[in-house]
Amino acid sequence: MAAFAVVRPGMLTTVQDLGRWGLQHLGVPVAGPMDWYSHRLANRLVGNAENAAALEMTLLGPELIADADLSCAVAGAALDVIVGEESVNPDDVFTVHAGKRVRFMLRRPGARATLAVRGGIDVAPVLGSRATSLISRVGPFGGRALAPGDILPIGAVPISGGSQGMRLPVSSGGARVRVVAGPHAERFSAEALRRLNGSKYVVSPQSNRMGFRLEGPHLTAAASVQADMLSDATPVGSIQVPPSGLPILLMADRQTTGGYPKIATVITADLPVAGQLAPGDWIEFFPVTRTAALDALRQRLASLSSAPA
Amino acid sequence: MNDLRIIPAGDAALVLELPSRIDPAVTARLVFIADSLRERAGTAVRDTVVGYCTLTVYFDPILTDASWLEEEMRAVASLRPPPAAFNRPRIDIPVCYGGDLGPDLAAVAEQIGATEDEVIDLHCTPEYRVFVVGFVPGFAYMGEVHPRLALPRRSSPRTKVPAGSVAIAAGQTGIYPMETPGGWQLLGRTFIRPFDEARDPPVLFRPGDRVKFHAIGRAEYDLESAG
Repeated sequence: MAAFAVVRPGMLTTVQDLGRWGLQHLGVPVAGPMDWYSHRLANRLVGNAENAAALEMTLLGPELIADADLSCAVAGAALDVIVGEESVNPDDVFTVHAGKRVRFMLRRPGARATLAVRGGIDVAPVLGSRATSLISRVGPFGGRALAPGDILPIGAVPISGGSQGMRLPVSSGGARVRVVAGPHAERFSAEALRRLNGSKYVVSPQSNRMGFRLEGPHLTAAASVQADMLSDATPVGSIQVPPSGLPILLMADRQTTGGYPKIATVITADLPVAGQLAPGDWIEFFPVTRTAALDALRQRLASLSSAPA
Repeated sequence: MNDLRIIPAGDAALVLELPSRIDPAVTARLVFIADSLRERAGTAVRDTVVGYCTLTVYFDPILTDASWLEEEMRAVASLRPPPAAFNRPRIDIPVCYGGDLGPDLAAVAEQIGATEDEVIDLHCTPEYRVFVVGFVPGFAYMGEVHPRLALPRRSSPRTKVPAGSVAIAAGQTGIYPMETPGGWQLLGRTFIRPFDEARDPPVLFRPGDRVKFHAIGRAEYDLESAG
């Protein structure tokens, strides 16, 4: 079977598909890509199903060696791709010939890029999915990031010849993302809600695939309510507020439950935008209705299958 | 059924909320609603998560209309569960208490002015209920512990708590399914594995389950752990 071997794993490279759905009632996190849009796009470019397993690369990408001719595409953060000693255009589908090496170096903007390989990364599914949950150590390679010497088998059966799509607009230094208020907005003061919707936060260094700790104005819940908040589910995109008042944005590898009130939730369409942020970047939230959130998602999905401008 | 309300959590989840209290009857009702909804709505429901007094239902907002799903949730919430709905057998957990397997047992005993054996008795006496499964795969939040054992978390969490550790904090008890950081007070350890990805089902506990602990000796623990 064709494969990539990992020479150097890069900073944090994981195997992901679109997530391990259907097991959250057992406490099993969904995981999946930080930027679902670029994951789907990279797979489409090489003719894979959108849910095929691909690599999520973080800031410093890996060095891989091919043992067969492998057709590849990248999407997400801007990056340099070097096959052998040659730079290739990262917007094109490219081939890594048998015996050749490929290296990836992200240059901002963006923090994460997806590498899809035609045929998909064909590691054995764990509990029905090839997503890697680092926090719970569930998934390929025992739920850890890639390490030197790992072998990534490549599947043989793509579903199409490959199709086009628009790339996610990735901005430099920070991003505005849209939120729907709640589920616990009413437990916060009007002042806290105003602050959330008008302030810039900075993604702190204590941020990872589970969530982004944000630095900026404090958002305090009404004191009486904070005390009797009982654990419940923690959807991706939740902005939860611990007693410190500094919000935490829950990302792809979030735990299934938590005990902090959640003031607002980032809309599905903008999760990829948030997923491209790195420590030091700013983030600004602004509220929309659920109807607007659904329209935004439809637009985002339409651009997946639109020809690039 | 006007004791419940349904609120959105973003554009891809709805939360059914009951009045805020810790009560096995509330848990049983939420589990019944979750099971009935999954049966009725099929693949329109991607995931359900039972909290202490909430049920969160995940869906794909492109494939599933949120207002239709909300009506389905109200409809199943108004059903009356059959009496046999919650008859899962009690789960018995053997625990080797104290020593290096339960490094906080002595401190807990000292804190409440009891002997180690008295703490073990206090922990083994109640029949606990699983309220929530979360944190990591297979971690069950069980309650309620005896009021004398209702102690806070450790002031400084451990960076590594071994798998199988049986612990208490904030009026609850639980078993760490895998080695993780943790702030609960460790009373002992069990060889039972709450999560095993090769087992079907992979997780031992469900919300609503009844659980009881009993003490075993070190020899039995070592024998069973080795097997």
